Amino acid sequence: MGALQSLPGHPEYVDLAEKTGFSYQQIGVLHKRFKRLSHNEETLLREHFSKIPDLECNPIRSQITEAFFDRRNFRQNGEGTVEEIGFEEFLVVMSHFRPPSLHMTEEQRESVRRNKLRFLFNMHDTDNDGTITLEEYRHVVEELLSLSGTLEKDTAKSIADAAMLEVASISMGHMEPDEFYEGITFEHFLRLLNGFEIESRMNVRFLNMDATTLCK
Amino acid sequence: METSVLFEARTERGAFYVLLLLALCCFGGKCEPQESKPSAQTDLSGVEPFNNDFDEPQAFPDEERANLPVFTMDYPRIQLPFEFTLWVLLASFAKIGFHIYHKITIWIPESCLLISIGLIVGAIMHSVKEEPPAVLNSNVFFLYMLPLIVLDNGYFMPTRPFFENAGTVLWFAVVGTLWNSVGIGISLFAICQFEVFGVQDINLQENLLFASIIATVDPVAALNVFDDIGVNEQTYIIIFGEGLFNDAVTVVLYNMFTYLAALPVVESTDVILGMTRFIVVAAGGVLFGLLFGFVAAFTTRFTHNVRQIEPLFVFMYSYLAYLVAECFAISSVMALITCAITMKYYVEENVSQRSCTTIRHVVKMMATISETLIFFFLGVVTVTTEHEWNWAYILFTLLFAFIWRGIGILVLTQIINPFRTIPLNFKDQFGLAYGGLRGAICFALVFTLPDNINRKNLFVTASVAVIIFTVFIQGISIRPIVEYMKIRKTNKDLNTINMEVHTRMMEHVLSGIEDLCGQWSHYYWKDKFKKFNDRVLRRILIRDNRAESSILALYKKLELQNAIGLLDSPLGDLSAAPSIVSLDDERKEATRPKKKFLAADVRKMQDILAKNMYKIRQKTMSYTNKYNLPDDSRTREILIRRHASIRRSLRAESFREQPSQNIPRSQKYFSLQPGGDLESAFALRRRNHGGSEDEDNLSALTPRSSSRSLVPMRRLNTIKETGNAGEQPAASSQPHSPPPVEALDSTGPGSLEGSSFRGRKAPVPAPKRRISDRVDGEEDLADSERAGEPVRPPQLPPPRGWEPENQGPRENETLLRDSSPGPRGSGRS
Repeated sequence: MGALQSLPGHPEYVDLAEKTGFSYQQIGVLHKRFKRLSHNEETLLREHFSKIPDLECNPIRSQITEAFFDRRNFRQNGEGTVEEIGFEEFLVVMSHFRPPSLHMTEEQRESVRRNKLRFLFNMHDTDNDGTITLEEYRHVVEELLSLSGTLEKDTAKSIADAAMLEVASISMGHMEPDEFYEGITFEHFLRLLNGFEIESRMNVRFLNMDATTLCK
Repeated sequence: METSVLFEARTERGAFYVLLLLALCCFGGKCEPQESKPSAQTDLSGVEPFNNDFDEPQAFPDEERANLPVFTMDYPRIQLPFEFTLWVLLASFAKIGFHIYHKITIWIPESCLLISIGLIVGAIMHSVKEEPPAVLNSNVFFLYMLPLIVLDNGYFMPTRPFFENAGTVLWFAVVGTLWNSVGIGISLFAICQFEVFGVQDINLQENLLFASIIATVDPVAALNVFDDIGVNEQTYIIIFGEGLFNDAVTVVLYNMFTYLAALPVVESTDVILGMTRFIVVAAGGVLFGLLFGFVAAFTTRFTHNVRQIEPLFVFMYSYLAYLVAECFAISSVMALITCAITMKYYVEENVSQRSCTTIRHVVKMMATISETLIFFFLGVVTVTTEHEWNWAYILFTLLFAFIWRGIGILVLTQIINPFRTIPLNFKDQFGLAYGGLRGAICFALVFTLPDNINRKNLFVTASVAVIIFTVFIQGISIRPIVEYMKIRKTNKDLNTINMEVHTRMMEHVLSGIEDLCGQWSHYYWKDKFKKFNDRVLRRILIRDNRAESSILALYKKLELQNAIGLLDSPLGDLSAAPSIVSLDDERKEATRPKKKFLAADVRKMQDILAKNMYKIRQKTMSYTNKYNLPDDSRTREILIRRHASIRRSLRAESFREQPSQNIPRSQKYFSLQPGGDLESAFALRRRNHGGSEDEDNLSALTPRSSSRSLVPMRRLNTIKETGNAGEQPAASSQPHSPPPVEALDSTGPGSLEGSSFRGRKAPVPAPKRRISDRVDGEEDLADSERAGEPVRPPQLPPPRGWEPENQGPRENETLLRDSSPGPRGSGRS
């Protein structure tokens, strides 16, 4: 069982637990995983991510990887990307995927929701200018469809366009034809995914037990 | 081939009802191949001797010696199918009746109404001393009625939420049902020990048997309510799946306990064997189901030349799975469900759109008939049979059914919650517990109990009481209660592309995160299966193997909806009922008034479609056109356009008030602009060749096009970016984007003449001319009528869908700006 290093006595775990909301067990498990991924180094590099076999087949692995090296996701108003991350950052990024607790006030739910959507938004907004431009959105859709192989690129493109158009009509409502839709701002993004219930979808059940021995 | 196997497997008694079912089939206009065969193969000796004449043309040699009768009547010969047909008709009329005033079905579940009608009919029959037709017996139920209901449930199960919650669903379905059966059975047995109640002669096995019947929930009514008010997906799918799989469990338990009840002494080895059998039966069912499902999928790979009988394979294979499983006494319900789930995915990709619709319709229809009949009979039987009323037993049954269900849900949720990403909260649990209505299957099971059960009448009475209580009291009260409790709700109208994109995206992200954590769990397996599916299964089972993303599927669906929307005229004058309507919401629609789309939704959807409809259709046609019967779609297309334009020109006055408030109405049409706009578009194009007099174009264009479809055009204006890029690759600032020229080209006016669906690229000039000629008159008419109309600001260029080549400078004002900071307006060209 993975409770080995996860005793409350670990002082750094106390900090991390406070900061990220993970339980000590979960932190222990994740720490072990972190060590494994980084080959017992203190930091993770991008190349470590690319070596994870299961991740290789993920069509959006580059976005996922980038999300871990994106300062915006570290909960401190940073910008830009970093070259390597320590365990703390790893954990902070992971904590975006914590399931919400059962008893939450409406306010908390809203903030959880915002956080999760912000994470998603940052994932799309690769150039960090606060809007998802059409170009960026197309990129996302292309990547998403990239593994289905048979689709031509412009199918993905037209889907992205249609989606973007949808955004425009949702968020701007009435637009004069000579207006541009600059791109999805975060506010629009919130409105766009209003019904998406991200708080109940963007969750990973982090294990309390160590399962790393079971899989690669 | 399948048919012959199928009919051989039938029992004598059953053979009789084949005819009934066939009568049914004829009703739906389906299953033609079936019709001819059974008459040759069914053995009708079990029926009145009369019926032997059925398939022998020269069966009247003796009578011929007498005078040739001018008029004869042979009622007995047709009696059974005839009466059966009347029964079905009556029930169907009742259904129609309920929906005339739609508010009834909102507040009172349909099953209540059916039972009520059944009660009334039963009362009438009782008063005239007429026996109800003995249609419902064990064989009929298990061989004909149950499979229909189960096939429907299995086929229409929402796959994604099911697999996302598979563990919980199975947990509740299997363990929950066992819990209820054993709990209710033992507590009832305890009650039986009291002398005062006068039911000491019911032994443990019989109590358990009865309990297993009572334990099955049939949440159709609850599902309708949940669906209506949009209860969260998890609760919904758990109820749905529970209702589905506990049929399987119940049937197994039922058979087991029927067997046990017949034994004089039950030994402990019997119990252990029973448990083993339980597992064997369930696993065997799944295996058979998988087997037949894959075979069915594989078969449909080759049916593209025999479209007429394509749907048949679905029914025959699933029925075969059911029968074979029944033959080996393993869980036939399980086999059927697995078969349906397995094959659905592949079959629907292999068969044509029409066959797919047919399959869905027929599945729905059969299940509805089956269920309607059962409820109906429930009502009739309640009145006409003898009852043994024992207050204590019946009340305690009710009580225990309620209590054990409640406790069961509570306890089982506590156990399953730690394993769920999103735990079920208390309200969900209440919804689950309260949604546990008993229904058709429960009644059918108890009614078909063997006669050697000594208190069968009491059981029937008790079941009927429980069903009526739950269906009426719980069924009616569940809506107000659930609404009052504010159970978590899900936004169900997520049919937007963004949602689909993000759902997919979320899946990949989660799967990636799980990989990062090195965890195996749901998404991990899903990912693995998907890979396996793409690499192996699809290659084998699907003829035209193109992995299709669900995003694209949704896209097509929306586009189809739009096309259908054109048929459903808001003016109400052209109510062609298209057979291509998606049946996804069939159940929903059947039980409640048709939901109205918000204007915003429609606008949204159409916005998407406006731009890409033709292009995508072109593209998807290229892979799906082999599914379409030769000329059909094309003519339909023309028809649609004709209708639209005719309607528009006839009702031009109805567009008058449009600018102010009539906006949503006209949006229905904007992607299929009738001729007038086309004409103006041409005008625009001609001008454009001249040069870049932007303002000039605009003013020239305005009076004609703007008045015709104000909003659409504004909308359409927003979407021209792609087309623009495509048409003018040189001028546009996105050289990297391969222009969808041919798509747009052929979807231009040329498609009216049918060239588009053949994939021909160049627009044919002649057709264009013709059309614009034809519509000129209409347009002028409309224009003149519209003279006094407030004219919109002149920023409305013509719709894109119709004029592919027309890339006036105006249109460079894109709503979706490209990354290139190109100047607005005329700057680009």
